[in-house]
Amino acid sequence: MTATRGEIVSQEYKYGFHDEVAYLAETKRGLTRATVEEISAIKEEPEWMLQFRLRAYEHFLRRSMPTWVPESVQRIDFDRIVYYRKPSEREEKSWDDVPDQIKQTFEKLGIPEAERKFLAGVGAQYDSEVVYHSVREELAKIGVVFMGMDQGLREYPDLVRKYFATVVPPEDNKFAALNSAVWSGGSFVYVPKGVEVPLPLQAYFRINGENTGQFERTLILADEGSKVHYIEGCTAPIYTTDALHAAVVEVIALPGAQIRYTTIQNWSRDVFNLVTKRAHAHARSTVEWVDANTGSRATVKYPAIYLRGEGATAEVISVAFAGHGQHQDTGAKAVHLAPNTRSRIVSKSVSKDGGRGTYRGTLKVAPGATGVVASVRCDALLLDEASRSDTYPYIDVQEDDTTMTHEATVGKVSADQIFYLMSRGLTENEATNLVVQGFLEVFTKELPMEYAIEFNRLVKLEMEGSLG
Amino acid sequence: MSDQHLEIRNLHVAPIADPEREILQGIDLVVGKGEVHAIMGPNGSGKTTLAYALMGHPAYVVTEGRVLWKGMDILGLSPDKRARLGMFLAFQYPTAIPGLSVASFLRTALNARRQGLEKNPDVDPTDPTRGGVAMGEFRRLMRAKMALLRMDEAFATRYVNEGFSGGEKKRLEMLQMAVLEPEIAILDETDSGLDIDALRIVAEGVNAMLNPELGVLLITHYQRLLNYIKPDRVHVLARGRIITSGGRDLALELEETGYAPVLRAAGFEADELDDALDAPLPQPAEAR
Repeated sequence: MTATRGEIVSQEYKYGFHDEVAYLAETKRGLTRATVEEISAIKEEPEWMLQFRLRAYEHFLRRSMPTWVPESVQRIDFDRIVYYRKPSEREEKSWDDVPDQIKQTFEKLGIPEAERKFLAGVGAQYDSEVVYHSVREELAKIGVVFMGMDQGLREYPDLVRKYFATVVPPEDNKFAALNSAVWSGGSFVYVPKGVEVPLPLQAYFRINGENTGQFERTLILADEGSKVHYIEGCTAPIYTTDALHAAVVEVIALPGAQIRYTTIQNWSRDVFNLVTKRAHAHARSTVEWVDANTGSRATVKYPAIYLRGEGATAEVISVAFAGHGQHQDTGAKAVHLAPNTRSRIVSKSVSKDGGRGTYRGTLKVAPGATGVVASVRCDALLLDEASRSDTYPYIDVQEDDTTMTHEATVGKVSADQIFYLMSRGLTENEATNLVVQGFLEVFTKELPMEYAIEFNRLVKLEMEGSLG
Repeated sequence: MSDQHLEIRNLHVAPIADPEREILQGIDLVVGKGEVHAIMGPNGSGKTTLAYALMGHPAYVVTEGRVLWKGMDILGLSPDKRARLGMFLAFQYPTAIPGLSVASFLRTALNARRQGLEKNPDVDPTDPTRGGVAMGEFRRLMRAKMALLRMDEAFATRYVNEGFSGGEKKRLEMLQMAVLEPEIAILDETDSGLDIDALRIVAEGVNAMLNPELGVLLITHYQRLLNYIKPDRVHVLARGRIITSGGRDLALELEETGYAPVLRAAGFEADELDDALDAPLPQPAEAR
């Protein structure tokens, strides 16, 4: 059975290249009050935003590191990080105007091509700033807004001020405080009442510089009865020293709106990925997080949905792949604050070569939220004895009239499955890939086809990379 | 070289966990092109072990003997290589692969099969965008084969063997065989778990697949399958040996008398007989 092992070719992380870029602006290594003021000054922000940043900075200093996050995260040296790197002058609307080197990077990542083929709009962030964004003209005409968060703050100051940090306040957690202090870039999306965006909007986040901290801040606001699918992808070069990605994503679905937020991240293995993602789902709205975590050294991320209006629906499908030296600490939260709300959480983790997958989830039903239907399912697949999976489901139901199911399984790829597939001509490695692909299919089937193929390829690389 | 398709010479096989305990104790069998051989025998006689050993199951070890496929010794080859050479095993208990659709499984397997023993580096059977049979061509092929086995097209989107009834599992095995077009097919108790209608459909499917290039090794406990698929030769396996061989008449005889007379004739003692016949006797063929 091991005869096929020799055929496996080790494949490197293919996005590991980096560019030598002369940044237009760059803060000194480390984080001080002056760093925060400098970032705000470069951006020529309104006073309220500076005050917001400073308040967050103070909180970041005071807030202790959570004790339950992966050990490698607890040891992050925040003084080594460069908190702001500005690669270009402005957000361009045409790829031709994006500086060549940066444009080439995004071409290597296939972004402009994907935009032409099957996207309604694209945003591209390079280190700290959004260098490009564009939304199809017919959508712009009917009021669909998709731009960098900084530009959103300039062009839609009232809307931003009304909703910014209402879903994730700086005091929420240490990494949200950090992001709030030094945030830069991210997407601002507004979909007007009743408008359905027919194709996905995609944002692409690229870290280039060594020891860069990327702190994008995304706000998605879907007005009543509207519909939008937002996709984000992420990569970074390989350095031997740490990079930090601490994003905050706030999603607001007003009554009757439908928002799907899909993430396919493939950070290189020196990135700490500490992200706070949270949505408010108002009456009869639907919010779905479709979230994949491959790559990174450690990921700490639990997409959350607060069901605030009657009849709202929440779905989280979260998958994680932890290889050698990686810890994926992921999960989901559903907080039912209104009657007749429904939530479904599906989490799948694959661990290999000593990788560690942790599911951490919360399901809460507040008093008075009657008629709630909620389900949580988390499955772990361990590919060898050295790997590890832990599950920490936190369930707090304070309403009797609740229908809830919770299931958790830990499994292995069986020798029978491998023999069965090999007897059909697949190598041992291909057979294992198919079993893993099948295990993650609950996620893959939710993706547009191009992304599903790319995701399966990503999983395959993870499988091979650690064998080589 | 031999134009003899599959040659099994003095094959001894033991569980890898207990290599002293041989389950097969010297099997000799030659299956020629276009021939159908039935292997019958009571439970525990080693039928499934033979099927697994021929396909290279990792839980078994060949302690002695050879298996030649078109003159080439295949015992050193992993199961995937044997499959790509044209060998096929229809499992008695097929395994579920949750999340893997029948269609994508079949396409992946077909891509692997078409590469032959030497894999084509440009084709990745698990990646639909990297070479292999085109989607349109594959769908036409799959539909045609499903029609042959009277299978509903909705079957293609289900997950491999997950939640399948016994009959559905066996039909999926036959569908794989039809799509992969092997040159030697080992059918391990394909009739078990089938009701009479399903049995007829499966048997008709196998008959439709028979061709001058295909050799079939039909492993069965009961003779009823042989009412539909006519074997050229019938062999009785007991205690890891072929104790007698004959034509189709032998199967009919077994149906009348059970295994006891042939076992006795082969020199089995009374207490050994009890062991060998622990399992139920061949059942009357309600199909006739």
